[in-house]
Amino acid sequence: MASFNKLIDHNKRLSAILFIVMALLFGLFGASAGEWWGGDWLSGLLTALGVAAVYFLITWRFGASMILASSGAREISHGEAPQLWNVVEELAIAGGLPMPKVYIIDDAAMNAFATGRNPQTASVAITRGLLEKLNREELQGVMAHEMSHVRNYDIRFAMLMAVMVGSIVLLADLVRRGMIYGAFRKAKGGGRGTAQAKAVLALLAAVLSIVAPLLATIIQLAVSRQREYLADASAVELTRNPAGLISALKKLSADPTELRGASKGMQHLYIVNPFLKKKKGKDSLFSTHPSLESRIQRLESLTGANS
Amino acid sequence: MKEIFYVSAALLAAAAVYVVYIYNLLVRKKANADNGWSQIDVQLKRRFDLIPNLVDTVKAYAAHEREIFERVTALRTASLRAMTVEEAAPLQNRLSGALKSLLAVSENYPELKANQNFLALQEELASTENKIAFARQYYNDSVKEYNIAISVFPNNLLSARLGYGPRPLWAVEDASERNAQSVSFG
Repeated sequence: MASFNKLIDHNKRLSAILFIVMALLFGLFGASAGEWWGGDWLSGLLTALGVAAVYFLITWRFGASMILASSGAREISHGEAPQLWNVVEELAIAGGLPMPKVYIIDDAAMNAFATGRNPQTASVAITRGLLEKLNREELQGVMAHEMSHVRNYDIRFAMLMAVMVGSIVLLADLVRRGMIYGAFRKAKGGGRGTAQAKAVLALLAAVLSIVAPLLATIIQLAVSRQREYLADASAVELTRNPAGLISALKKLSADPTELRGASKGMQHLYIVNPFLKKKKGKDSLFSTHPSLESRIQRLESLTGANS
Repeated sequence: MKEIFYVSAALLAAAAVYVVYIYNLLVRKKANADNGWSQIDVQLKRRFDLIPNLVDTVKAYAAHEREIFERVTALRTASLRAMTVEEAAPLQNRLSGALKSLLAVSENYPELKANQNFLALQEELASTENKIAFARQYYNDSVKEYNIAISVFPNNLLSARLGYGPRPLWAVEDASERNAQSVSFG
């Protein structure tokens, strides 16, 4: 547990650093956009922060329920799926977490995800297709992966990252539209800073409007992949049984169905990417999840070390 | 003279802050271990309540397996009297073993295995056994952390005086059971 807590701490630190990098990128972009629009950098920065704050508040308050609603998830109680409920409850006990809300998605595709702000408000969801095809041991592996996302605060981090990336994309869109429709006004004498600095900032806005969304997405995805590995490892730490998750991942890799109702914006929340199911092979900069092959490989090396 | 006063005041303040820090750390670790114990307790009670139901259901189909029913019932009654971890752990471990044999015996009765009521009870018992195992895992981990926290220097100078003694682990009887953390019957 000590080493486990260290991992979680490391995770939190890394998240904080990446979040700061994202925030700086966002701030810089906002300030330069301010110059681009012909105001001054400070009003640009404040506008950007305002946009992000509104975006954040909405996501913080309604994000989880919006995600659950858009994926067609339905909350269940113990009576409806006793085994699923029991498995989740077991894992909540194993991790010393409160019992999350449990949802079922009536879809034949095989997938599962977790969402929420913190362990107290967490929800876990699984598709009927996956629930029906897994045995108890495999179900435990999959839900342990999801509960690990809850326990490691991945759900909160994913939400914050989505807000940052979303705000950056929105801002980039605004700047690019401004360029197309000629909203670009010459920077006037007023405002703060020297003319040279202003020109540099304004130029930066043009560059960032193209580069920033890409950069932000790459950061988000890199973190997402790392966290998938971590959640796999923590899942085994909870169940002390890698075989269940390995076998479940193998079943998942054999399934080609895409999940309806999954949106691009939340694909990193799922246990396997709901799109691109058929695409296999190496990890790329643009995948939300490590390939199932490399995840299984890492888990199998865990088993090797234990026995 | 004045400097000495300031330095000693600062040292005293630092010491006070440190004592508060250690005290809070111990309180947190102890609460965690207590929470782990109460989780075990909840699940043991739940199992206690499940057993009569299960025994009755199996009895209806396999009445002559009397020996195993008696063993389970006797251990269940005995487990009521065990209050401390040291007393409870071996008894509860034996009860887990007896229940495992009870379910193994029921494998031989196809009619029993087709009974919906039995299947539901079997799932509940399997889950409760898992919950006990997981709660024990959590309890043991938090007790280990607590025991380390009270015995490292300089915490050990304070912990005994504040009434924070070492706590017992919930021992697993043998290696084979340790490996079977998650049991799935059937």
